[in-house]
Amino acid sequence: MKKDYSILIGGEAGQGSRKAGLIIAKIFNQMGYNVFIHDDYQSLIKGGHSFSQIRASDEECLTHSKKVDFILALDKKTIEKHKTILNKGGIIISGERPYEIVKELNGNRIMGNIAMIAIFSKHIGIDWKTLSSILKKEISRDIEKNLEIAKKAYNETKELFKIEKIKKKVNPLVTGNEAIALGAIDAGLDIYSAYPMTPATSILHYLAEKRKTITTQAENEIAVINSIIGSAYAGKRSMTGTSGGGFALMTEAISFASIAEIPILVVNSQRAGPASGVPTYSAQGDLLFSLNSGHGDIVRFVASPGDANEAYYLSGTLLNLAWKYQTPAILLADKELSESTYEFYPKKIKKEKELLWDNKGEYERYAQTKNGISPMAYPGKTIVKATSYEHDRKGYTTEDAETIIAMQDKRLRKFKEMEKALDELETVKVYGNKKSKKAVICWGSTKGAVKEASLKLGLKVIQILFLQPFPIKELKKALKGVDKLVSVECNSTGQLSVLLSQNGIKVDKQILKYDARPFNPEDLELKLKKI
Amino acid sequence: MKIETNYPNTWCPGCGNFAILEAMKKAIQETGQEKVVLVADIGCNSKIVDYLNVSSLGSLHGRAIPSASGIKIANPELKVVVFTGDGGSLNEGISHLIHAAKKNTDITVIMHNNRLFALTTGQYTASSPKGFKGKSTPDGSIEEPLNTLELMMAAKASFIGRTYSSKIDYTKKMIIEAINHKGFSFIEVLQPCPSFFNTFQFYNEKVYEADANEKLIKEWNYDEKGRIPLGIFYKEERPTYEDEV
Repeated sequence: MKKDYSILIGGEAGQGSRKAGLIIAKIFNQMGYNVFIHDDYQSLIKGGHSFSQIRASDEECLTHSKKVDFILALDKKTIEKHKTILNKGGIIISGERPYEIVKELNGNRIMGNIAMIAIFSKHIGIDWKTLSSILKKEISRDIEKNLEIAKKAYNETKELFKIEKIKKKVNPLVTGNEAIALGAIDAGLDIYSAYPMTPATSILHYLAEKRKTITTQAENEIAVINSIIGSAYAGKRSMTGTSGGGFALMTEAISFASIAEIPILVVNSQRAGPASGVPTYSAQGDLLFSLNSGHGDIVRFVASPGDANEAYYLSGTLLNLAWKYQTPAILLADKELSESTYEFYPKKIKKEKELLWDNKGEYERYAQTKNGISPMAYPGKTIVKATSYEHDRKGYTTEDAETIIAMQDKRLRKFKEMEKALDELETVKVYGNKKSKKAVICWGSTKGAVKEASLKLGLKVIQILFLQPFPIKELKKALKGVDKLVSVECNSTGQLSVLLSQNGIKVDKQILKYDARPFNPEDLELKLKKI
Repeated sequence: MKIETNYPNTWCPGCGNFAILEAMKKAIQETGQEKVVLVADIGCNSKIVDYLNVSSLGSLHGRAIPSASGIKIANPELKVVVFTGDGGSLNEGISHLIHAAKKNTDITVIMHNNRLFALTTGQYTASSPKGFKGKSTPDGSIEEPLNTLELMMAAKASFIGRTYSSKIDYTKKMIIEAINHKGFSFIEVLQPCPSFFNTFQFYNEKVYEADANEKLIKEWNYDEKGRIPLGIFYKEERPTYEDEV
């Protein structure tokens, strides 16, 4: 029988439901399960309602499920809000007893979440050794008191059944944002500079804590992007991250990086918009905006990952590509990808060296070359003139018509090379029934739900990883034999369909969701069935 | 290595920028050419990087200071000098000026203050006097000008100086001292714009080389009254942003 459990733990912000969710996921992870955590929280610090949905399965799982088997309610609101999604025979554990135990043992109220984990663990037959060793690893403060509370809660609880162990390698768990950071580090990231904005902020936190890069925060998004342009000009691999509003502020500098041919990596982790929108919830509304970000005739790399392994791969790959082609690259993530927790087993990325000047003759930053890529040199060693103005080969400002054409032609040749670069990369993925005439097409974090629902229905799934330059060759291959194409996106205007139609591909049916929540496979399956 | 370039100069005849260029050439010849990086904002002032055979990054309007900060953090051995105007750093990019001063980023900002937007043919900036008649304010600007040095003092700049473009040697010396200063150095260069705001006579009559200190910052409030002190009004040694990061 398929093993697939879903657990929802919820409470007020400040009650530690997110941390508890992570510990529960680690328990299943240790038992050999594939796990995934979807976190839902509001834009507030205390109170309100937040919850985590943990999914543990013996099969790949990249998304939460609609229904849950357990509700662990740290407050009453959790039961009221979620009882309708409890599966038949599901169990609700209310917060009363955990908080009584905390009181009896004179613990801090926050420790109620640990008592809750212990009760739940006993119910499902986790042995004390496994539980306590995970708690020791995950709790940084007052471990003795927490263990005392956990022990009491564990001992007084009845075992309801015993979940089976699965023989599988235990993978590390990371969030999408952590995977983005790790991919960039492996591709040689030197400097990360950002201004906090949900849901990209945890990249900043993670890198600051990791201390492998110079990590700085500056006065606003305009400052950080112009600062990393300076750093890259001086030879250091640099990156920034933000969400839609901050990304909008950065777009002038994306154009700057493009004309000045300075490599930068920008993460745009989308949240529900427009404008301030719904800050802590997810959407895919910035696709066309990202593809067109920056004024003038420019091409940038844009790619979007669907899970943590792809986030690592694309982040590292984009940083390498940015340096190879001396161009801005945009990693288009979203809240669901950035802040969800995934199993992590990526193919290792390595830093690829950029094209450097051979130190012969007088250096020309924008030397004319056949493929439009000019060798790089950095200030301090020779004279390097770069600029946001149109310029001649040496980097001096120009208004001369012939030089303007020559320089734009040089960049156009480079853009062609960028297109060619796609041939060497994984740009489009196909899953499921490859003979199916009906295919579902998606991008970004919707991959998880789309893949799961479509595979159940015997459909073909096409996921686009690179969105600019557009991988038309690969996509046409993937579309062979397909006579009905359904797109699935978290936006209201079908931006992927627009992009596809620009490339001569017609989408027959769109499934769109714009309630700022991600798709779940059950609902999506029903919708796909009707088509 | 020669300091000049063959690039044709496009400043208006009589522009104060020529004198600043001369001062900068002399300063770089003394500080060394290889390790200096110039970062230009946008405006007449920023054309200076085309006239100097030195590494340079031409940034966006208002954004030269963050670009310069990024260079310095990437390679602290470089001496990073920003050329900007009152439009770039008191209007478009004022937040960056304040934060760089506050952080004590180890860069030098040379703000050519001609007290208007010149390259866009004459509109008021945050430094223009009240009543300034530009193309966007035919009846005169209704805003009071900012006292730039007071702003820099409040933002904790660790080096604050003012000079006048016509005083080439005086400017050169101040630039060298600013470049050698460890920490954020700010120099305001008062500069006439012969095309749109010719202040030669005004400054010639009013400026004086002062035995400057921070109290003298208040002597002139960017109006018609009194004398205009030049000099280094404030200087302190404190750890730089790059030291601490």
